[in-house]
Amino acid sequence: MSNKCIDSGNNAAAHAARLAGVEVVAAYPITPQTPLTEKLSEWVASGEMDAEYVAVESEHSALGVCIGAASAGVRAFTATSANGLLYMSEQLHWAAGARLPLVMCVVNRGVGAPWSVWNDHQDAMSQRDTGWIQLFVKDHQEIVDVTIKAFRLAEAVHIPVMVNYDGYYLSHTYMPFELPDAEAVRAFLPPYVYKHALDPQRPENLNSVTLPDARRDAGGVLRGGYMDIRHNLQQEMHQALAVWEEIDADYRQRFGRGGAPVLEAYRLEDAEFVVVAMGTLANQFRDVVDRLRQEDGIRVGVLAVQVYRPFPARQLAEALQAARGVMVFEKGLSYGHQGALFADVKSALYPWPARPVLRNFIVGIGGREIPTNELCRNLKQACGQDELPPEVADTPNWIGLQL
Amino acid sequence: MSDTPKTTVLSLTEEEFVHPGNRACSGCSMGLLYRIGAKALGRDCIFVVPPSCMTVMQGLYPVSASQFPIFNCTFASTAAVATGVRAAMKRLGRTTQVVAWAGDGGTSDIGIQALSGALERGEDIIYICYDNEAYMNTGVQRSGTTPCSSLTTTTPFTGKAQAAKDVPAIVAAHNPTFVATCSASYPLDFHDKLLRAKQMRGLKYFHIQTPCPPGWGCEERLTIKIGRMAVESGLFVLYEIENGVKRLSEPSARLLKKGRRPVRDYLKLQVRFRHMSDEQIAALQAQVDARWDDYREAFADD
Repeated sequence: MSNKCIDSGNNAAAHAARLAGVEVVAAYPITPQTPLTEKLSEWVASGEMDAEYVAVESEHSALGVCIGAASAGVRAFTATSANGLLYMSEQLHWAAGARLPLVMCVVNRGVGAPWSVWNDHQDAMSQRDTGWIQLFVKDHQEIVDVTIKAFRLAEAVHIPVMVNYDGYYLSHTYMPFELPDAEAVRAFLPPYVYKHALDPQRPENLNSVTLPDARRDAGGVLRGGYMDIRHNLQQEMHQALAVWEEIDADYRQRFGRGGAPVLEAYRLEDAEFVVVAMGTLANQFRDVVDRLRQEDGIRVGVLAVQVYRPFPARQLAEALQAARGVMVFEKGLSYGHQGALFADVKSALYPWPARPVLRNFIVGIGGREIPTNELCRNLKQACGQDELPPEVADTPNWIGLQL
Repeated sequence: MSDTPKTTVLSLTEEEFVHPGNRACSGCSMGLLYRIGAKALGRDCIFVVPPSCMTVMQGLYPVSASQFPIFNCTFASTAAVATGVRAAMKRLGRTTQVVAWAGDGGTSDIGIQALSGALERGEDIIYICYDNEAYMNTGVQRSGTTPCSSLTTTTPFTGKAQAAKDVPAIVAAHNPTFVATCSASYPLDFHDKLLRAKQMRGLKYFHIQTPCPPGWGCEERLTIKIGRMAVESGLFVLYEIENGVKRLSEPSARLLKKGRRPVRDYLKLQVRFRHMSDEQIAALQAQVDARWDDYREAFADD
């Protein structure tokens, strides 16, 4: 049994949270996330969803409520955008350090100042080192499927997961998608059991002051210091990629959708040039490469990065080995350096013997229109220049500047 | 007012929830308060604690100074995390008491937004602010509740220029279930107020003055005496507000008849006030006198 509908991306995310059996929802309004948590408030109020809905006074508190609920052993959820995500930043680090299996939808939006409510990826990029797993989705169906799978991943590896989707491009547009059957989701995602849950019957002091060095507990067992605890997070972040593949395989078997959960390749088999992108931009590039193949005979494909943290460096390098040129198109920057995704792609390729020529393009910052014609023109031109001096390769090309 | 008999040292439960030995400074009144308060709260509690002396007192990973489950949270989020734990208890069908235990800085400064949110929502939690009147955990910097003229490392030489925030009044303006002020020097008053608060639904706020020998510059052996003098001089007033009705608690109420000590006696025992001029002390005494003139009218029938 499944349910086909046509609805907004925010409502798709709300359906996913409901189907995942979320028990505590904390919410603070921010554009373009707001309709998601409004929908959840509607369902909780009408009894269609059995959960505690806490309307808090800030994003910092929204994540605080989720942190408290998850520590006490129930499934918690919130969502945000842009400056709201930044306001949570301290709590993001805390949730990851406390190893809480939270899932949060981030409806990507440009960060102020100056104010912008339109889409880019700078909000998520600025929080990439908080210890959260970051997933990027491309359409409404992926919002549903990836959000449900994200809970199982978070609870399997005890690392919080951010499901990123593009503001307005997905949040407010209507698309057809299919909702899995609620019973089947319950079988896929059983109730959350946390063995370190706050419980007076078995008291534990969580997140207390921790020394640099390992130390014995009351029973004489050596427990790691701060650095060892952080090392564990790093190791288990990397292991999360394999766990994610397993979860996806199980989901595909049960629901018939999935596959390529880490990187999704489009027309890559014979590609001389590869576009690397995230979110809806990767979908738009399918049209671009189809056209360049048809009209200009350029063999070009698209590689969508769907798991951004942990960064799938090995898988990415393997997928790009045969390419002559790799063009990274992105909607965010590491200011004073280059596109953050570009820097990651470049570092992933460095240890490999055959390194393709790399180029970096910045597009769509703060919702600047991304015309497919412009992408075609720039990509075509880039495919024609395969000998580039390093300093040129290191300087991002901005597409669509108006000054 | 309640008819329940008052707890005495003879009737206080012998069960201990705080292990012998912790990392509090010698003479710390908060340690005493925590131990006695825990006896009133009982075992079925979860604590939420932001960075504070309480975090330090609990000790270093992987040991803990008490037998409660404790969640150490970020500085600004105490009341929000307590809200989340409470929501989880509701989901799990448990009546476990959720207790937020924060210092004055964590409550009156960085944590006030989350506290205000929890108050507005009427969260069913006990929020305890132990007020040692500065950021003692980080080495005595001024906080929102540091009293006027008090020396701290960030108000050197002439002391804090502004008056302390009246946090219980700010809390009371949200009209919560229960607001009480307490003193670590009257731990059984705190104990019995907690026993009553445990029976109430909604947010119960406690504001407790906790003398701090290293921060206040006094001898460790004088901790209890100084706290008592704060009350006996009428500077720190013990009261409770239930259903919007304010009443003086017994140690303060008896001052209406008995008269008060001069504030000078309290100030002169502490290095942080030693620079105060006679004029400043006289001005403070006048403020306290005026406040008590009001109290005499307000609480004449009590």
